[in-house]
Amino acid sequence: MSEVLLDADAVGRAIRRIASEIVEATRGAESVALVGVRRGGVGLSERLAAAIREAEGREVPVGTVDIALYRDDAATALPDPKIGPSVVPFDPHGRDVVLVDDVLQTGRTIRAAIDCLMDFGRPRRVWLAVLLDRGGRELPIAADFVGKTVEVPAGAKVAVEIGGAPSDEDAAIIE
Amino acid sequence: MPAFRHAHLLDIASLDREDVLHILDTGEAFFGVSRRPVRKVPTLRGKTVINLFYEASTRTRTSFEIAGKRLSADMVNMSVSTSSVKKGESLYDTCKTLEAMHPDVVVIRHASSGAAAYVASKLDCGVINAGDGMHAHPSQALLDAFTIRRHRGTLEGLKVAICGDVAHSRVARSNCRLLRLFGCDVHIAGPRTLVPPHFAEAFDVEVHDSLAPALEGADVVMCLRIQRERLGEALLPSLREYSRVFGVGPKQLAMAKEDAIVMHPGPMNRGVEIDPAVADGPQSVVLDQVEAGVAVRMALLYLLAGEAGAAPEAA
Repeated sequence: MSEVLLDADAVGRAIRRIASEIVEATRGAESVALVGVRRGGVGLSERLAAAIREAEGREVPVGTVDIALYRDDAATALPDPKIGPSVVPFDPHGRDVVLVDDVLQTGRTIRAAIDCLMDFGRPRRVWLAVLLDRGGRELPIAADFVGKTVEVPAGAKVAVEIGGAPSDEDAAIIE
Repeated sequence: MPAFRHAHLLDIASLDREDVLHILDTGEAFFGVSRRPVRKVPTLRGKTVINLFYEASTRTRTSFEIAGKRLSADMVNMSVSTSSVKKGESLYDTCKTLEAMHPDVVVIRHASSGAAAYVASKLDCGVINAGDGMHAHPSQALLDAFTIRRHRGTLEGLKVAICGDVAHSRVARSNCRLLRLFGCDVHIAGPRTLVPPHFAEAFDVEVHDSLAPALEGADVVMCLRIQRERLGEALLPSLREYSRVFGVGPKQLAMAKEDAIVMHPGPMNRGVEIDPAVADGPQSVVLDQVEAGVAVRMALLYLLAGEAGAAPEAA
């Protein structure tokens, strides 16, 4: 039993809308940089950068953070078998940095991602963009830009398929 | 990738290829941390690591200390000159005392082969062997492998020359074990007095009496330190004589591949086993080894300081 929350067309529309909201909120995205949270947020961050380029003709820098080393359960959940690199190819100082992830649930990943980002510099403001807010927060964290909000029971698994380029496979599905 | 399945790191012989690659890949993830503006991650906050060094060491001890600090672990250094060992405490009693302080990892260096394994059998925490007698120095072999892989892109099937005092070298033993796991063609060059009998069979490597056959076409040239304290043992006629036959200079290095890399575990005797022109030359990766050491030791502390078996939850 699976339920499609967003199909490829809906994903495309959500990305274009979030991109225009980011431009709107940051008055033209002049100082914006996007940071995808590995691994689910990486494809989405590239897609948002492309959508901002299309709408504004502006190139925004894109980075990635891996939160494995910043998890609040790092000391008890070790050894985490796979750690990816964190790459922030710009100085976050003074910028509007938009953290990008595919699904927002407990908020713990985003807490860790903020800590990781801060170790690269001090942004002027940190925003949060997610494709899907599924509810179930365990920390006081809220997204600024959301593709779709839907309450999903804690035990259910949500699969998001979203790469760096548009594809018919793009989707968010409850499995 | 499955969770790391070892509680200790005592030697390379107890690791297989997968284990080595797991450590090296984890090290890659930590490599970037040391090049960031904030060179620290909170991962091992609340964990305690004790550096227990019974032998003089600057670089290994400092490397472990920096690695632990960059992971936010509390690092405690115990060196022999200031400890109760001077007052005659046995290794067993030191272990028991340390255990009562509840460390998560003990890093030990000791002059006796097997000391790390003994400590691991007595302590209820992770133990990393930072060099025991002439037996093993696994973290050095791992950082050498990390450096080789970064420069050559692979560890598979390389020709590696290891030159110098193999007999007293735990670095050479650990490196031979590791490189053979990846099918490297390992060639030893050293005076007969400094290569133990049956070394070739025991480690499945080639042994030569001169540099030329080892260096010919090599991808990697490792120089070992001549331990000056060994000179009294009549194993070498003189440093000068040794340097003339086994010192690696530009002329010798020219026999290796054009883009071969030169390694040395340090500290170097410039002008003895390695010519300054080679040590400071474009093919030298000696300082890359030092940088790799911190990343690889971060990986080791990370893999051993965790509560084994507790699988990470999904995000």
